[in-house]
Amino acid sequence: MLTDLTIAAARDGLRAKDFSAVDLTMAHLHAIEALNPRLNAFITVSHAKAVDQARAADVALAAGEQRALTGIPLAIKDLFCTEGVRTTAGSKMLSPFVPPYESTVTAKLLHDGAVFLGKANLDEFAMGSSNMTSAYGPVENPWKRRQDDTAVLVPGGSSGGSAAAVSARLAMGATGTDTGGSIRQPASFCGLVGVKPTYGRCSRWGVVAFASSLDHPGPFARTVQDSAILLRSMAGHDPKDSTSANLPVPDFEAACRRGVKGLRIGIPREYRSDGMPVEIDALWQQGIDWLRAAGAEIVDVSLPHTKYGLATYYIVAPAEASSNLARYDGVRFGARENGGDLRDLYERTRAEGFGPEVRRRILIGTYVLSAGYYDAYYLRAQKIRALILKDFTDAFGRVDALLAPTAPSAAFAQGENMDDPIQMYLNDLFTVPANLAGVPAASVPAGLDANGLPLGLQVIGKPFDEETVFAVSTAIEQAARFTALPSLRAGG
Amino acid sequence: MSLDHATVRRIASLARIRVEDHEVEPLCHELNGILGWIEQLNEVDISEIAPLTGAANMAAPLREDVVTDGGYPEKVLANAPERIGDFYVVPKVVE
Repeated sequence: MLTDLTIAAARDGLRAKDFSAVDLTMAHLHAIEALNPRLNAFITVSHAKAVDQARAADVALAAGEQRALTGIPLAIKDLFCTEGVRTTAGSKMLSPFVPPYESTVTAKLLHDGAVFLGKANLDEFAMGSSNMTSAYGPVENPWKRRQDDTAVLVPGGSSGGSAAAVSARLAMGATGTDTGGSIRQPASFCGLVGVKPTYGRCSRWGVVAFASSLDHPGPFARTVQDSAILLRSMAGHDPKDSTSANLPVPDFEAACRRGVKGLRIGIPREYRSDGMPVEIDALWQQGIDWLRAAGAEIVDVSLPHTKYGLATYYIVAPAEASSNLARYDGVRFGARENGGDLRDLYERTRAEGFGPEVRRRILIGTYVLSAGYYDAYYLRAQKIRALILKDFTDAFGRVDALLAPTAPSAAFAQGENMDDPIQMYLNDLFTVPANLAGVPAASVPAGLDANGLPLGLQVIGKPFDEETVFAVSTAIEQAARFTALPSLRAGG
Repeated sequence: MSLDHATVRRIASLARIRVEDHEVEPLCHELNGILGWIEQLNEVDISEIAPLTGAANMAAPLREDVVTDGGYPEKVLANAPERIGDFYVVPKVVE
């Protein structure tokens, strides 16, 4: 089936004219038609536009012009502004919003010949770890519990639609964003590779802002090599994002073939949390053994401030969100709720447009930035953030990369972890520190739990050394031989 | 630090989000739950630590102070909830 191909294999097949780009795109559009009504992975399917892009790809291929992603059908998280295609951020607030411009990352993908199938569902404004906060409904994880195939599991979040789409073979790859784990945790829940590159590697221009110092665009794919192909196209300097790094983009795909012989891999002891499922601990040990067998040296390291990462994040991220989301005022774009005077218009628009989790975070952010509390909360959090970065800097003085679990559990069911916001926040325990420090990290599918659900291992690297992250991720991928398939998939 | 109802109303007002009377108590409970959990940060010694504002670790880039974009009011106003000509429409703010 064309929908089962990797991006690398599809690239070769298109070049060899085994099939056309239109064939490939149509296969995915048919899969979306069949499965999206159930999975709800896409908020918007841009059928006609995708077919046009695929036709253009075939013209380019016929002329012998193949770029990195010519004719490759992708899902785009509905947080990336796409010119002329509605961009909702998973919120009622942006339900009428059609961007008149293209985000830098999606423009780069289009430049490299990619086909956009549509806009993938997500937690509202990327705030969530389950995709349950989307104003466009929850997403179903294509994976099922072996013992209970009636339970509807979450795909993780916030990039839940992207993960479900790639996992169910509705797209060959996808874009996501990761502010506290929003690429890596859904990748782990859906049996995918998800990469959060270094802060500054991918431009944030045209990505609906959540927390600007923590937001990282990155790719989802079914193999490490495919994620490397996607990241290379997405990355690069952008003068329109003042935090974009002016550095050359390495050949990430070549880095996948480097091997890990002689690399020093740190095992952060603080990631071994109480109450962590035995299976995740065992998988982590398995990963250590795999890397040792592949020639890496394993080193015990300490990141002493790890346990403060989440609480720090839940000050910094809401503070930045409260500031970023101030723009939604019902005047210039987005939804409007009319009221008496201007202030009433603002207050009604924002009460109506934001869901409960977004409102909660705006209020927390407003409070921690407000007069009298700034030092006690925000300034303290920024100082602890400095300590968390120092932990990584110290560790990377001794090792080339770190290995840890991605998430403290496998996918949970819709409705679980919903009663207490903090219970939901704990999903990001192992992923948040890399956002606070800005260091690159990937989740690689490494095994299944007793229910037959995927579990990921996380590889964390030095700033702007995604190449080592790809090398280590490939070693895990080769050792894990993860071949399990989700129950719900195209042709399945 | 624990939030009371008046503080919740004040924060909501600062954030320009209308909160109905019956929402104040549950919001107060939720926000206090989160803030209580955040209190754990008080056990960290932060003396002589400089705050980290972001992960970019680079100086802010400078560019020439020139206009590089603009001149398309139709695009800018295309998403306006309400407009007259090239203007956004809001409720009357000056009597």
